[in-house]
Amino acid sequence: MRAISDIRADFPILTRTVRNGKPLVYLDSAATSQRPQQVLDAVADFETHHNGAVQRGAHLLAEEATEAFEAARASVARLVNASEDREIVWTGNATAAINLVANGMANASAGVGGEESARFRVGPGDSIVVTQTEHHANFVPWQQLAARTGATLRWIEVDDLGHMRLDQLATVIDPTTKIVAFTHASNVTGLVTDVAPLVARAREVGALTFLDACQSVPHIPVDFQALDVDFAAFSGHKMLGPTGIGALWGRAALLDVLPPSLFGGGAIETVTLEETTWTAAPTRFEAGSQPVAQAVGMGAAAEYLMAMGMDQVAAHERRIAHILREGVSALPGVRLLGPVGDSEANDVLGLASVVVDGVHSHDVGQVLDDQGLAVRIGHHCNQPLHRRLGAQSSTRASAHVYTTEDEARLFVEILATVRPFFGMS
Amino acid sequence: MSDLEQMYQQVILDHAKVRHGSGLVTLDLPSVGESHQVNTTCGDDITVRVGLDDGKIASISWEGQGCSISQASASIVSELLEGADLRRADETMEAFIALMHHRGELLGDERDDLLDDATAFVGVGKYPARIKCALLSWVALRDAIARATVGTEGS
Repeated sequence: MRAISDIRADFPILTRTVRNGKPLVYLDSAATSQRPQQVLDAVADFETHHNGAVQRGAHLLAEEATEAFEAARASVARLVNASEDREIVWTGNATAAINLVANGMANASAGVGGEESARFRVGPGDSIVVTQTEHHANFVPWQQLAARTGATLRWIEVDDLGHMRLDQLATVIDPTTKIVAFTHASNVTGLVTDVAPLVARAREVGALTFLDACQSVPHIPVDFQALDVDFAAFSGHKMLGPTGIGALWGRAALLDVLPPSLFGGGAIETVTLEETTWTAAPTRFEAGSQPVAQAVGMGAAAEYLMAMGMDQVAAHERRIAHILREGVSALPGVRLLGPVGDSEANDVLGLASVVVDGVHSHDVGQVLDDQGLAVRIGHHCNQPLHRRLGAQSSTRASAHVYTTEDEARLFVEILATVRPFFGMS
Repeated sequence: MSDLEQMYQQVILDHAKVRHGSGLVTLDLPSVGESHQVNTTCGDDITVRVGLDDGKIASISWEGQGCSISQASASIVSELLEGADLRRADETMEAFIALMHHRGELLGDERDDLLDDATAFVGVGKYPARIKCALLSWVALRDAIARATVGTEGS
């Protein structure tokens, strides 16, 4: 990989100072990452020179804009090894991608799409399976789908360290199961899921699989074909791209028969006063004006990451994970959520969520902020897992390509001052 | 004193530990109201119960979890307004909201006297993300009083 100083030079925001004139130590990348100049330039270049209505219009700008929009789709498709570019559907964010499938299934259940969409139907007697470690975005849409259709929501529990209880797969996933939705990597413990057994069990009973890849795609090599899942969601802003853009990946054969849930122009084949037929994926799901500049930015981010090499990115962040997790584990009165981690059984991302005994995460975050460290505090949109791990909330430091080993050490060092600041030994 | 030390004044740290009014009290009063508020940023929550008697706040008790700012704020408002008449309570609540939006400066008028110990939260005004923490119990109290006044109970 390029030298870290060289990589950091790509990210203009890292040179600014924050509270009390301290240099910014950005450790909140799992919430949102920073953007390199290459992404900022791609967005600005599009807006400055190529903006036009995509997929419509007969003028040069419309052609250039369409080309940029589709080239970005191809870049993102390559990053996650989609078998066709059209398997990437642009969505406003990852949450929208998850809702797209959940709402599509609700529509299928109401009869939309007819027999062609029958395999997406859920109803009384069926089950929808999630896990206890899901981000609310990959939990609430499925909970609501169950509520709307009369299906039962079930979940795979996690153990004291946050590992999914794979021993429960055989009982929780059964022939009533229509879809199994689970995360590829936890935004709290950082644990990377062993996808294969979940997919194997789902296939065995004929259930679909949905992977929340928000935390994995930006940080580790991800190949959706190899993972053998049916759908996956991820977002632009966590992978060095802009906000306002995310992607749904799905098998083309499935996407082409999933009923849309956002109806409008651009997604239709034929409209008569009586009925409407839809186009194939991806336009089927891309009704209305699209966030084109943002898509271009997400494409540039995919190219940036691929140029660096995702295996290199993962190796760098594993070193950061080691410093963070070993470091905080040695501090008195500090509890790491999840295992300390090693590269084998406990593969973890470059993050550490901690509970400081006797000090609320909001207060912990404030002391860190005073020293220029930006971290996430609260439940990280994951209340069920926090509850399971016996924590109301936690403080999370998370890395990306630009995070230095010194920054990880500084987090541990400042974290050690928190309890003394609040008068605890 | 750094901004951080100004926010976490000793009186706040003390109240975060002692927690005046903590633990919901069963009330046998004609007007009782309760309000549950959640800080969606962090999932912290508080339930405040008030009992009114003869135009005065006869009892304030609460239960909740949160950071030192929110816990100390609940403690201080309980101490400050228990026994107060509703008019003074309302003026004090208005003053506290004004203090929170005063960018880390005292209000500089008689409202500071009304706020008494609650002026310790002056430093919170410099941290917009923390204003919600400080206000949570005050918002719950105001809502609980409104519910008690119309004679409805619950949250």
